[in-house]
Amino acid sequence: MAFEYAPAPESRAVVDIAPSYGLFIDGEFREASDGKVFKTVSPSTEEVLSEVAQASAEDVDAAVKAARKAFEKWSALPGAERAKYLFRIARIIQERSRELAVLETLDNGKPIKETRDADLPLVAAHFFYYAGWADKLDHAGFGANPRPLGVAGQVIPWNFPLLMLAWKIAPALAAGNTVVLKPAETTPLSALFFADICRQAGLPKGVVNILTGDGSTGAALVAHDGIDKVAFTGSTGVGKQIARTVAGTDKKLTLELGGKGANIVFDDAPIDQAVEGIVNGIFFNQGQVCCAGSRLLVQESIQDELLDALKRRMSTLRVGDPLDKNTDVGAINSAEQLARITALADSGEAEGAERWAPACELPGAGYWFAPTLFTNVTQAHRIAREEIFGPVLSVLTFRTPAEAVAKANNSQYGLSAGIWTEKGSRMLAVASKLRAGVVWANTFNKFDPTSPFGGFKESGFGREGGRHGLEAYLDV
Amino acid sequence: MSDRLSVLKTYKLFVGGKFPRSESGRVYEVTDSKGKWLANAPLSSRKDGRDAVVAARKAFGGWSGATAYNRGQILYRVAEMLEGRRDQFVAEVADAEGLSKSKAAAQVDAAIDRWVWYAGWTDKIAQVVGGTNPVAGPFFNVSSPEPTGVVAVVAPQESSLLGLVSVIAPVIAAGNTVVVITSEKAPLPALSLGEVLATSDVPGGVVNILSGKAAEISPSLAAHQDVNAIDLAGADEELAKALEVAAADNLKRVVRPQAVDWAADPGTGRLTAFLETKTVWHPTGSLGAGGSSY
Repeated sequence: MAFEYAPAPESRAVVDIAPSYGLFIDGEFREASDGKVFKTVSPSTEEVLSEVAQASAEDVDAAVKAARKAFEKWSALPGAERAKYLFRIARIIQERSRELAVLETLDNGKPIKETRDADLPLVAAHFFYYAGWADKLDHAGFGANPRPLGVAGQVIPWNFPLLMLAWKIAPALAAGNTVVLKPAETTPLSALFFADICRQAGLPKGVVNILTGDGSTGAALVAHDGIDKVAFTGSTGVGKQIARTVAGTDKKLTLELGGKGANIVFDDAPIDQAVEGIVNGIFFNQGQVCCAGSRLLVQESIQDELLDALKRRMSTLRVGDPLDKNTDVGAINSAEQLARITALADSGEAEGAERWAPACELPGAGYWFAPTLFTNVTQAHRIAREEIFGPVLSVLTFRTPAEAVAKANNSQYGLSAGIWTEKGSRMLAVASKLRAGVVWANTFNKFDPTSPFGGFKESGFGREGGRHGLEAYLDV
Repeated sequence: MSDRLSVLKTYKLFVGGKFPRSESGRVYEVTDSKGKWLANAPLSSRKDGRDAVVAARKAFGGWSGATAYNRGQILYRVAEMLEGRRDQFVAEVADAEGLSKSKAAAQVDAAIDRWVWYAGWTDKIAQVVGGTNPVAGPFFNVSSPEPTGVVAVVAPQESSLLGLVSVIAPVIAAGNTVVVITSEKAPLPALSLGEVLATSDVPGGVVNILSGKAAEISPSLAAHQDVNAIDLAGADEELAKALEVAAADNLKRVVRPQAVDWAADPGTGRLTAFLETKTVWHPTGSLGAGGSSY
């Protein structure tokens, strides 16, 4: 007899979502200049959570002006003072982390297990890490007295809303810049709660400005003449458009874009650990991760053994209510994203790959996609080339390490890769040949504020995290 | 003095370690600052540019895989060869830029010294910009710089040798390969540099030198899907913007044109512009829950 799990939902009472939110400009919430609003829904239930302002070009202008005005004093503050503001923010995030975790799970659809144990601890750690840099910039290896750039326009995605905010705002502020940040259209709430944290921390007005809106708001922000820096995390398509927009200007640009990470399993790998790594690599955050290990490259001789173990493990994944503490796989973030995943998975079948998913009951309301695996995938298939950004794994095989490397590098992307082998020299040889910005060996999807993150090739340029992450916000 | 007629040099491109003419069969007249004919230089075509990218890509694996020590030795060898041809380059730079002999000599000397500067950087930059990261968990985590790939360079228009060396030496010091478009009106020192490189143990294809019009050749390099980065040093404002837009198609790393004093300390900016940071994680495991390890 199989054991059944009793429901174990995290309480929603810890978070109080207002029926509507304005734009956070110059330290105050205000309505959009033209009064436009849009709704944000919970992807697991389609329940409307709140109504937020749709920032217009006029609002972008007001936010940039507020940030410009604030820049003078903020950049002139002693680094130690800026540091203390950031330390305050880090501490308040820690204090409010359960509230923010529940909020993020509601607005994004990802499991509470992840927001509670991954997103929020990393958010606080990121602010804590960069806080410490603010008064040590002279010693960071960029020459004496490196200067901030000015006003940073930052556009972030919906997959890790608050974590991406932290990756953008913490180094920018530490280096002495002020920011205008636009959260993703489908996940605006945690950024608005962050605005409240800035208030609690006593952050000077105009240092952080939050503009909610759709792609048009982001486009207006990156094109605005008053900003000195553009930082974007999102799709490669939009990243290219932004690169064209800033061409011929003095704006400094960093881009964190898509990926099609190869997770390479050699015949000597510990199978059970590799299976855990594969599952984490592609089903963490429903696979909506730019560095997901979405291509499994398995050595031919162990293909059957590995796939049997992987399928067994996938059959135990619990898909459902993201607020349930036992849930492994939550909801897809939006109907639009679900449609994209569905279309790409269908193309996999149409192109001749073999589809498999464990039997799992999906909730009636909301946006759901079962963890899925494709075998008989060739390098030419769309599911081997295009970023699916969903819980869909494409399995390919190889015979030699050289073939594994060639297949892994056969991609326009170059963000992440995984290697599973017990042989140290092989791990190091393969790691050195992979054209990817982050290589996880015998582990996957590990993040840390001290560790630079970013891609080769069309996965973008610039690094976030560590000393490297400061460079994106300094005039060096 | 006899009235012996001198032997003129046919200036040719340097691509894949060989000295081809332009596939287009075209040349253009190069004169000194007073309008006196110096030579006919190849007027490179877009096809020459594509051929050069193929050569540069072919050379990338070997060059990027060479040890940093080896690359440093080879760059130092370039300085040695250039020093040996100093008089020739002084004359060419004087003609090309309309400089007195002593001013031209200063340019050539600085260019030689620049090769020495970058020769010394090959095995040091990784320690300056890389290192281990103290992550909050049981992992060994190390970041190291790796070359971006094939880099297209629009060389400075005014500084025919020092400017040129200042933009190509950092690219190859970092382990990349390069396709460079020389100064349009003063290409001869650059084309002669090909002869120096060919005798310096620089593998064929690591440096590829094209003379001609940047406005004609560079757009297809900027749009080329097998070029990873572009240095716009010698492009005017209008061309630079067009090239940056084209470069966005495959998200090339772009160095925008800026006012540079080529004689000044070059710093590390042109090295790091063409380096990618790779970060590798590995679990450290545990030797058990013991206390003191002594």
